[in-house]
Amino acid sequence: MRRSMTIATAAVALIGVFALAGCTTDPTVTPPAPSDSDPGPSQPGEAPANEWFDQALFDTQDAQRDVAPEGPADQPYLQYINAEMVDTAEYASDGAKKACFANASISNPWRQTGWITMNQQLKVLQESGAISEMETRDAQDSDDTQIADIDYFIEEGGCDVFIISPNSTAAMTPAVERACETGKPVIVFDRGVNTDCPVTFIHPIGGFAWGIDTAEFLIERLSPGDKVVGLRILPGVDVLEQRWAAAEKLFAEAGIDAVDYFTGADPAEIKSIISDELAKGEVKGIWMDAGDGAVAAIEAFEDAGLDYPVMTGEDEMSFLRKWKDTGLTGLAPVYSNFQWRTPLLAAQKIFAGEEIPKEWVLPQSPITAEELDAYLTANEGMPDGHYAKFGGENLPGFPEVWQQRQIP
Amino acid sequence: MNALRTLVSPRGAVFLLLIVLLVTVTILNPTFAEPGQFMRYIQRVAPVAIIAIGQYFVIIAGEFDLSQGSLITAQVIIAGNLVGQDDSRTVPVLLLMLVFGALVGLVNGLLTTLLQVPSFIVTLGMMLALLGGVMWWTGGAATGNPADSFRQIGRGGIRDLPLIDFLPWSVLILAGWLALGIWLTKRPYGKVLIALGDNARATRYAGARSWWITTRAFIISSVSATVSGVLLVGYAGVHPSVGRGYEFIAITAVVLGGVVLGGGRGWIVAAVAGAFVLEALFLVLNISGVPSSLRDAVQGVIIIAAVAYSGVVFRARRRTTPATASPDQGKGPDAPERTGAHTSAPRPALTPEGVAETRGD
Repeated sequence: MRRSMTIATAAVALIGVFALAGCTTDPTVTPPAPSDSDPGPSQPGEAPANEWFDQALFDTQDAQRDVAPEGPADQPYLQYINAEMVDTAEYASDGAKKACFANASISNPWRQTGWITMNQQLKVLQESGAISEMETRDAQDSDDTQIADIDYFIEEGGCDVFIISPNSTAAMTPAVERACETGKPVIVFDRGVNTDCPVTFIHPIGGFAWGIDTAEFLIERLSPGDKVVGLRILPGVDVLEQRWAAAEKLFAEAGIDAVDYFTGADPAEIKSIISDELAKGEVKGIWMDAGDGAVAAIEAFEDAGLDYPVMTGEDEMSFLRKWKDTGLTGLAPVYSNFQWRTPLLAAQKIFAGEEIPKEWVLPQSPITAEELDAYLTANEGMPDGHYAKFGGENLPGFPEVWQQRQIP
Repeated sequence: MNALRTLVSPRGAVFLLLIVLLVTVTILNPTFAEPGQFMRYIQRVAPVAIIAIGQYFVIIAGEFDLSQGSLITAQVIIAGNLVGQDDSRTVPVLLLMLVFGALVGLVNGLLTTLLQVPSFIVTLGMMLALLGGVMWWTGGAATGNPADSFRQIGRGGIRDLPLIDFLPWSVLILAGWLALGIWLTKRPYGKVLIALGDNARATRYAGARSWWITTRAFIISSVSATVSGVLLVGYAGVHPSVGRGYEFIAITAVVLGGVVLGGGRGWIVAAVAGAFVLEALFLVLNISGVPSSLRDAVQGVIIIAAVAYSGVVFRARRRTTPATASPDQGKGPDAPERTGAHTSAPRPALTPEGVAETRGD
């Protein structure tokens, strides 16, 4: 008797846990830390309660999408949008300089592609005598490591210029400020920090622009009530969260039924998620916050014997190739990979005393169906994890270095 | 009645949970009960179930294999880079992968047994070595998917069948692998392996060549990971993230199946059921629309609850049954194991409870 009592109690407890787990689906239980990188008030009101949404930044990036960038037409990595130029005469000096690069990580194909490009750019600048060497520390996605890396550079790096690709916004701000206090130029790129002490902050337009481009593309081709599945890599990274925040808002306004999943870019998980959604009902669109794993999503439709969805991926080669093979209706948004060239070129300009943009906003335009063939031809022979807009076609070692993935 | 009692018993807990989850899925989405959909569900479980079978053999011997996940990753990349678009290479590369898998298992086993390095450390080292090797070889970006003939193993199947509509090759491979595993546990080898996990010293005194027995368990585990990798190349495609975390999924599945960490007790079929539970859980979360940011937490809570449940029931029964057996002792708790248990005899029906205390830790 006592035994069955215990079993019953345990069973009730188990069911209770299930129920509890079910109840806590209230979205207020999971407050993601709001991004500190985006000053400016967020708009409460009718907008969905996505704490990453920032109306001011949304509007800025929305407008920047339509601005024709200034700068050399054939060198997108030197173009800039709505720039406020700063004078760098105080840093002007002769001779080859030592660059110190605190990198967040090379843990994904996008960063690996950029890292290869950056090193080829370095070779050019070394040959021209602008940079003597670049000492790099890889923080392997750790804030603590990167803070230590930056402090090491400050104390004993013997650096002439600091290049920092921050791992996260808030945590890296004090370290970047310490680097600024040395009086040497500091260049920040990709993710931002909460200080304007760096000489320049280099980045493509941003996550909201990505979200607007992709959501508008899908909304135009779908009807209200259609279902869109959002495949997201991971939570909590501002550049990724902003993509979804913008898309989610626009989908809600257009009456599109959008659900989102975190996949870790694992194709097995992506395929299972899409298969389950297809078993539940019709899926008209696929939205991705990064194209990694897009092929598995498309194959889930093939295996279920269904028509292809309207889809937004990324300029990763695997998606572009599958897009071409299947002829689906697609768009490849771009988080401009060529930005990895810009920091070293900015360093060269700084030491030459040339004006550079204080906030260097690089162009960021999606690859459309009309441009697809051109990008496929230009990147023939590149591996699937390569990014079409890597911008290194005029660097030494092209294309072998990128084809062989020679990571220094 | 007996079957019911079996389900509430700790050894049946995993089957009970599986039934609850599958019924939940069917209620939420009735199309799941269609045979075609169900076959696809098994197809999805197959890679996980197969590595769980491999992990079972290692855990039952009292060891761990943490290198399974990165071995899958390595094998997936090998398939992608070596097969390329050339169909004629499918078979040679497949054989090469099996040899490579067996070799990894052999190294794991020999380091563990002959050099006496704890398997946790050996396989952790192997995990890092394989991941690093893959990174060095590919520079982080795989070349692309291999030829379709290779991918058919994990992606294709027999179509247009009556009743079940679609029979994926993965399902047949899983069935075969499980049959092989059950057969092996009934062989003297399987019994010695369990004895070794239970009491290594006594088994060695009894004359077992423990180093070779344990090493073979590691080879089984690595070859299982290889088979799983072959299926995943087809199911998911080639990507450096395929296989990531699978060693922990396999260990979780095995523990959910009531296999005792530390070795000596457990039923292979329950370990496979554990893999089915994990995928069913994933399915329930997909279909019920739990917000994406909450999913991992819900999944974790349910897994802990399931393992704790069997722990609680175990302890409860231990208290109510003193050292002398009650008449129904052998039937209730051990019934699902009966099919496989009558050969693994040296275990008195009463002792399992003693070890169960450590299980929730």
